[in-house]
Amino acid sequence: MPKRPRVAVWKFASCDGCQLSLLDCEDELLAVAEAVEIAYFPEASRAFGKGPYDVSLVEGSITTPHDAERIREVRRSSKVLVTIGACATSGGIQALKNFRNVRELIATVYARPEYIDTLTTSTPIRDHVPVDLELRGCPINKNQLLELLNATLNGRRPNLPSHAVCLECKQRGIPCLMVTQAIPCLGPVTHAGCGALCPAFARGCFGCYGPSDAPNTVPLAQHFRSTGVDSGTVERLFLGFNANAEPFRTQALRMSLGAEAKPSTSKGES
Amino acid sequence: MEPAGQRNDTIALSRNALAGLVNAIKLDGFAVFGPTVRDGAIVYDHLDSLEDLPIGVTDKLAPGHYRLAPREDHALFGHHVGPHSLRREFLIPVATLFRARRTPQGFAQIEEPPPARKLALFGVRPCDLAAVAIQDRVLLNDAYRDTDYAARRHGVLVIAANCTQAGGTCFCASMNTGPEARAGFDLALTELDDDTIVCTIGSDVGRALVQRVEHVPASDQLLERARLLLNDAATHMGRTMDPHGLRDLLATTLEHPRWDDIASRCLGCANCTLSCPTCFCTSMEDMTSLDGTEASRLRRWDSCFTVAFSYVHGGAVRPSLKARYRQWLTHKLGSWHDQFGSSGCVGCGRCITWCPVGIDLTEEITALRQPGGS
Repeated sequence: MPKRPRVAVWKFASCDGCQLSLLDCEDELLAVAEAVEIAYFPEASRAFGKGPYDVSLVEGSITTPHDAERIREVRRSSKVLVTIGACATSGGIQALKNFRNVRELIATVYARPEYIDTLTTSTPIRDHVPVDLELRGCPINKNQLLELLNATLNGRRPNLPSHAVCLECKQRGIPCLMVTQAIPCLGPVTHAGCGALCPAFARGCFGCYGPSDAPNTVPLAQHFRSTGVDSGTVERLFLGFNANAEPFRTQALRMSLGAEAKPSTSKGES
Repeated sequence: MEPAGQRNDTIALSRNALAGLVNAIKLDGFAVFGPTVRDGAIVYDHLDSLEDLPIGVTDKLAPGHYRLAPREDHALFGHHVGPHSLRREFLIPVATLFRARRTPQGFAQIEEPPPARKLALFGVRPCDLAAVAIQDRVLLNDAYRDTDYAARRHGVLVIAANCTQAGGTCFCASMNTGPEARAGFDLALTELDDDTIVCTIGSDVGRALVQRVEHVPASDQLLERARLLLNDAATHMGRTMDPHGLRDLLATTLEHPRWDDIASRCLGCANCTLSCPTCFCTSMEDMTSLDGTEASRLRRWDSCFTVAFSYVHGGAVRPSLKARYRQWLTHKLGSWHDQFGSSGCVGCGRCITWCPVGIDLTEEITALRQPGGS
């Protein structure tokens, strides 16, 4: 048997949901465990195998000085570093603190604020070390994780399209919720990967997978406003699990500053 | 508009007889697909009987807007086109093109029978049939024949429904594809307001089929009533687009400022292309089993609106939204003529209705016809 790739799973500031997607592989889990050596995965095993690792799956964002150091260690001991989920890829829901005064937040939440040692920001892994690949989602989709492991084992490119969720919605034949019900939906600007999970249940896309490769958020926000959604609601739509992802953050700030452009008539902007 | 077909090729039948026709088709082992209400829209899906049609339901169409509404009558075909086109059935969203196994002798293809299904399309619209003819031209009649598409297209029974009313985004009359089906059907139905169905026979299969239900030759009076209804639909299109000179217009307006204006409104979401019944862009994906002993190649719907679609070594050929929208419209209405000998647009209006922000290509063409500024 050829030497199996050694895989490590790391946790930073996160809820563990993405790591659990690996355990959630159920039907495929035994095959995965045979194909790779799970060397380090505290969520699942007491065996703490030392590095170096062939593949490190990194969950969570960087919110403390300690973690900012630890991720460098992880990078040093990993051939390939893959971030899994919205926290590791954009900063996660906890990146909402980037928009606020963190000292005040801590004082509001904790009885003894002096015990808390935190950075003023929640930032993605790529802000700290080079990242080889990012898996999107809150949480990630187990099929995408399997595809990534599969492609890595077989030496091929993983199929992880970066276009909008709309393509997945249309492939499933779901009538567009924006068109049929005027439901605000982030699908047109959100990275595919979930298989249009929420629109299939008549819910607008929450943007869990973050921005697509070419999101045009301005006309989408203008459209929401033109259908009667108030500015604050539009702002909160973009302040979700990927609030710190650049196109979403910028759009949210535009809304909060009242700097949203006037709905474009087809004249005068060219 | 000329009366539909030759006199002896046009019959009249009752709604009961039409229900019998559906049963006859099912008895012959066909899966019947047609318009039906699901998820707040009239989609193409399985029909068990005539009762599954959107009876007494219509759809209100506007740019970026689609709503179902009740009708005062109980018309079978008192609606327009919904989100689905027929390409879902033929150029399916995800198709496995082949599978292969690793063997000691090398790479061995796994032989699989072609997809086999007896499909009957019931109540499909003339614009959609025109679109199928265009996709046939692209996917069957070129040097490269799509075998999966060919297998799915083979032996399909087509019962068309002519349009006696036009929707708010319809412009088939401009594109000369409707409101009356002229080719590509076994039977074409025109529903009159007293439930009488005037039926044009388009093939020997269709002729044999109607022999199995009660019918009479269509009288001159019935033909005239059908003609008036179809004329009325043709003159009440929600949209119009002058098809003349579009090829040259689009070839000579590549730097028109209107393209920047469109790019400021376009979401780049690809919904127009995925709603379009003639768009055929797909991408290939290679998959492997985890242990690497099996591989498969998938063909998946894609769109010229995705950045990755024009990616070649080093980057995307069309990195800007402006370039991608322009690519779509110039191909659809312009260079399609050079490539396939017709327009790529059938005037169904889906790209207008299903654009979440309601970008209207007929309006954009009008603007592009204005020199210089928008």
